[in-house]
Amino acid sequence: MSAIGELSTMSRRKGPMTKEEKKANGRDNKAAYVFLLPWLIGLVVITVGPMLMSLYLSFTDYNLLQPPQWVGIDNFVRMFGDARLHNSLRVTFTYVLVGVPLQLAVALVIALVLDKGLRGLPFYRSIFYLPSLLGGSVAVAILWKQIFGTTGLVNQVLAMIGIQGPGWISDPNTALGSIILLHVWTFGSPMIIFLAGLRQIPNMYYEAAEVDGATTLQKFWRITLPMLSPIIFFNLVLQIIGSFQSFTQAFIVSGGNGGPSDSTMFFTLYLYQKGFGQFDMGYASAMAWFLLVIIGAFTAINFIASKYWVFYDD
Amino acid sequence: MTKIQTLPAAAEGQSSKTSKSPRRRESPGSLAFSRNARIKGLIKHAILILVGGIMIYPLLWMVVSSLRPNDLIFREPGLWLNNLEMSNYTDGWSALTHPFGHYMINSAIVVLGSILGNLISCSMAAYAFARLQFSGKKLFFGIMLLTIMLPFHVVIVPQYILFSQIGWVNTFWPLIVPKLLATDAFFVFLMVQFIRGIPKELDEAARIDGAGHPRIFLRVILPLMVPALATTTIFTFIWTWNDFFGALIYLTDPDMFTVPVALRAFVDSQSATSWGSLFAMSIVSLFPVFLVFLFGQRFLIKGIATTGIK
Repeated sequence: MSAIGELSTMSRRKGPMTKEEKKANGRDNKAAYVFLLPWLIGLVVITVGPMLMSLYLSFTDYNLLQPPQWVGIDNFVRMFGDARLHNSLRVTFTYVLVGVPLQLAVALVIALVLDKGLRGLPFYRSIFYLPSLLGGSVAVAILWKQIFGTTGLVNQVLAMIGIQGPGWISDPNTALGSIILLHVWTFGSPMIIFLAGLRQIPNMYYEAAEVDGATTLQKFWRITLPMLSPIIFFNLVLQIIGSFQSFTQAFIVSGGNGGPSDSTMFFTLYLYQKGFGQFDMGYASAMAWFLLVIIGAFTAINFIASKYWVFYDD
Repeated sequence: MTKIQTLPAAAEGQSSKTSKSPRRRESPGSLAFSRNARIKGLIKHAILILVGGIMIYPLLWMVVSSLRPNDLIFREPGLWLNNLEMSNYTDGWSALTHPFGHYMINSAIVVLGSILGNLISCSMAAYAFARLQFSGKKLFFGIMLLTIMLPFHVVIVPQYILFSQIGWVNTFWPLIVPKLLATDAFFVFLMVQFIRGIPKELDEAARIDGAGHPRIFLRVILPLMVPALATTTIFTFIWTWNDFFGALIYLTDPDMFTVPVALRAFVDSQSATSWGSLFAMSIVSLFPVFLVFLFGQRFLIKGIATTGIK
């Protein structure tokens, strides 16, 4: 079961402890905490401690050199009036709301084509999956920068058919689009999850539908899609959370400044600039918490909406 | 949710259950049907090869371009292998303060440390969550699942302050120590799931024989969870090797640069005319990932299909 699935069932499971659980309770405490020790230390020192600290810092003015100055909700008020931040939100939302559905759609289509016992499946799967592994690397971001550069690969190809392409990366209208394309290019990992999900759909449903004379399209809408909906949901939640945190590609493609004219200034890139460029740690912390709230809200909306479209067999 | 639970068997795909339709296709159906199916198959292959070709083309082009003189890169969208030279590689290798191998060694140190850290700490935590009863288990488990989804930006500023105050900026410790503390909770979860699939009778038998938890963990569970450990190793390798953000923040001294930050420094230091050597070093930087991909494919596919890690 996936982490997301586990989490959603945990909240549903309300029954009292079973007798066995009660009896066992406490028996292994000591051993358990020994085994958990590294994780517990990590939780306190690396995760929860810093979370509380960053919550505190978000109400301060802090530049690493002087001690933090309490400024109340100033940082959050500042965020309201920060036009660059609003722009970075717009950029990030565009990236998530266009890139994620597009990527998942491609992943699903290719998974469907690959599903039905196609010869050479391992080969295709590898080819489609490879970009997912490399997509987050600096090397591929560098490659992208050239491909969509003024004299890059794309424009060389376009020139062959007599079209003078724009400078994709240097034009504010197309720069974000080329980064979204990079995201779509890495559809391999959701594709593999879709493939695994498709394998789980019992063939008898299709056989029964065939007996009833269902068309391919009907089978897709009535069987494949509902049966696959938990996997679609899983991919959706995962990709949205991940996409909100994208950084490397935008950083490298834009040369670290989110250009041209802030068109690739992702929220995380702006956060990095504020925190580690200008050492405005208080503001960066406030931004980080804002990001957490946004991601939390998106995930919550996803979970709530899932009740209406995700179909569980059990 | 049980849909996802049973993915492991399916994940191996090619070997196990491809039986679905091809057999059906060959059996009774009329001749017209099978010809139809064959044409359909051909169309599918054509589409897949086309899409796959487009997907892979930029990478192939980068490989070929890395072997071309610079002026040709901007004129040649094809993959012809003429006028090849290695100068981009030799130039690129020594373009920065240190030869590129220096950064690869730095990366290797961080990667090995991270792998070791993840293997030890995550497997220990997973054993506790999967096999031991203790107070607060449900709460801790829930917290562990939540930390998987926590954006690291929320903790990065205080973490940076913490590590800079103990003098760890420009060392590899900030990149390795968190792994020793099982902060990659994804792997804890992956291992929990795997251990849950190991028959309980095995450790019960060991317990009857007088083995304590450390012994059961080391002698019974660990040897049986090699596939999960392999998946963790491979993904830790690739993620850490590619990690840019962490290295960018903590490693500002060129002596300490890992491969991604070195590449980025390369981009900054060179004018746009040296794409050739940039590509050459990009290829060098991708090479270890590609090797891992080649040899670890089975585990990679399995790992991603069951847990959704990248």
